Amino acid sequence: MSTIEKLPTPKPRKPWAATPVDRLKTAGIIAVAALVSFLLVAATPLKGKLAYAVVFFFTYLIIDFVVSLLKAGRPAAIDSLFRGLATTTIVIAITPIVSILVTVWARGHKGLHWTLFTKDMHSNAFTDPVIQGGLLHAIIGTFLLVVIAMVISVPIGILTALYLTEIRGRFTRPIEFLVQAMSGVPSIVAGLFIYAAILVPLTKAVNGFQGSLALAILMIPTVARTSQEVLKLIPSDLREAGVALGGTQWRSVALVVVPAARSGLITAMILGVARVAGETAPILLLTGGSGTKNYNIFRGSLGSLPNYIWQAFAAGTPESITRAWTGILVLLVIVVILFSAARILGNRKVGKK
Amino acid sequence: MTIESEDNQGDEMETTASKGSLSDISAARLQKQPGNSALGVGLEARGVHAWFGEKHALANVSLDFWPGTVTALIGPSGCGKSTFLRTLNRMHEFIPTAAMAGEVLLNGEDIYAAGVDVTKIRLKVGMVFQKPNPFPSMTIAENVLAGLKLAQLKVENKDDLLEECLERAGLWSEVKDRLNTHGGALSGGQQQRLCIARALAVRPQVLLMDEPCSALDPGSTLRIEETISQLSSSVTIVIVTHNMQQAARVSDYTAFFLSDGGPGQMIEVGSTNEIFSRPKDERTENYVTGRFG
Repeated sequence: MSTIEKLPTPKPRKPWAATPVDRLKTAGIIAVAALVSFLLVAATPLKGKLAYAVVFFFTYLIIDFVVSLLKAGRPAAIDSLFRGLATTTIVIAITPIVSILVTVWARGHKGLHWTLFTKDMHSNAFTDPVIQGGLLHAIIGTFLLVVIAMVISVPIGILTALYLTEIRGRFTRPIEFLVQAMSGVPSIVAGLFIYAAILVPLTKAVNGFQGSLALAILMIPTVARTSQEVLKLIPSDLREAGVALGGTQWRSVALVVVPAARSGLITAMILGVARVAGETAPILLLTGGSGTKNYNIFRGSLGSLPNYIWQAFAAGTPESITRAWTGILVLLVIVVILFSAARILGNRKVGKK
Repeated sequence: MTIESEDNQGDEMETTASKGSLSDISAARLQKQPGNSALGVGLEARGVHAWFGEKHALANVSLDFWPGTVTALIGPSGCGKSTFLRTLNRMHEFIPTAAMAGEVLLNGEDIYAAGVDVTKIRLKVGMVFQKPNPFPSMTIAENVLAGLKLAQLKVENKDDLLEECLERAGLWSEVKDRLNTHGGALSGGQQQRLCIARALAVRPQVLLMDEPCSALDPGSTLRIEETISQLSSSVTIVIVTHNMQQAARVSDYTAFFLSDGGPGQMIEVGSTNEIFSRPKDERTENYVTGRFG
């Protein structure tokens, strides 16, 4: 019988990591691809940065494919091609987003100043120097619109999802279909619906609540669909365990299923908010665009960020256009703050220190 | 044989667990006989059939569960034993296409009779599932006491109940210092014992166990089996298992189920020792001796 000798603990290595030779090879392929794309653009009528990028991506993929094919065979070559394609696609998907963020910052940050958050526009015009006036009324308005829309649509959306996943009654199929169809409703349609159903026959005037109702119509399908997907992921074992302990279905859902799905349901809520926070069409139609602070959503014209942005662009002077970009910047920041806050809330485990 | 003789059972089980044939193992168990018990009249299935949609899954099972005994349901996969188990506390109807026929009497009253409150039935007939399923949003303590909340029961002293249930499930010493942490951090075997403690907290008369050890390692399995042996003096237990050693170790009675392509049927029921040493039916003998299934 042999005993195992005591060896010194070896140093941890990563034998699968790229070696300097591999890196050199990748760098070589990139260099060759860059050269080829430069020559191609120079030799053909192709022009501009975009042409360079496109030609570079394709030549890189082709050269990489051929090198892998010669060195490691077809399966490895296809694997490497697929990896290259996926990486390229990510770049294509992210480019517009980054571009938007950069543009918004570049054009909007000039209008940032502290009084944006303390003053409204009741004594200023959009064409005044950007240092005058502020966004307070629009921030308050957007906040009120979204919060009220949330208060209306989150319970309806989540209860709809609970009907679809937990109760599974006779109407499950048609309602599922309807919710799906509703998530494609253009926002102007929701706006017109409230306009025809409430503004024209009843109130005959703009107010914030009507805007919230229209936003709620847009939010409900998003909240319901996302919640439904989240609830579907909860193992049926948990539901059965709740019921097997002598709970009614309602108590089992309320005490077991919903808490288990909590972070997902919060995500559903955020996605709903994200869907409507920048929504402009129904707001223009229903809430008006007052430049003065208004805390009453049931009475009077209510300013909001989308409306502010729209009005500022429409005014057309350099000052007002800077104002519009600043408005967009503030709106983006608010949405990002909302997202992060809800993410943090949703990920926090109960009882975890 | 009465309840007093239970105490030394755990030791015997351990000494016999590793050696001997199934009949040796089952013979080493102290046989409990049907008889007078303080645990109520018990649970009786009368001509139970079960369907899933058009599929006839279970045909004409009649089986009595004596109070304070452990009954094992054995048989190959798809023989309807889990389906039968789930008819005993009306969890069968949780599947949308399910249907059934026959009667299940709990203390002499049909649990499928019109006007019966199904939540009360499930309070009296508790269940432990195949995969440990502690509630993920709750701490260990909250998990154990979840039944009280779900069924809206009032209890004088929650801390006593918590300790008692965890003690009975054999988990107290392992978790008493971290009752307010999440159940998800426990091992699979501990989670399953947590689920047993959770089921015990509403004081069921009968405990149904659907392959409670199939997802667990041998060590945890042994702990659960000890728990079952200790519980059987105070709760009537019905356990579905694929592990015949386990059936031989923990049960007083064994019922063998089999499907010949059609609906599952109960082929034979008897004392566990009988089933494993001298089964009456050839098919039972083939199964317990490992010739098929």
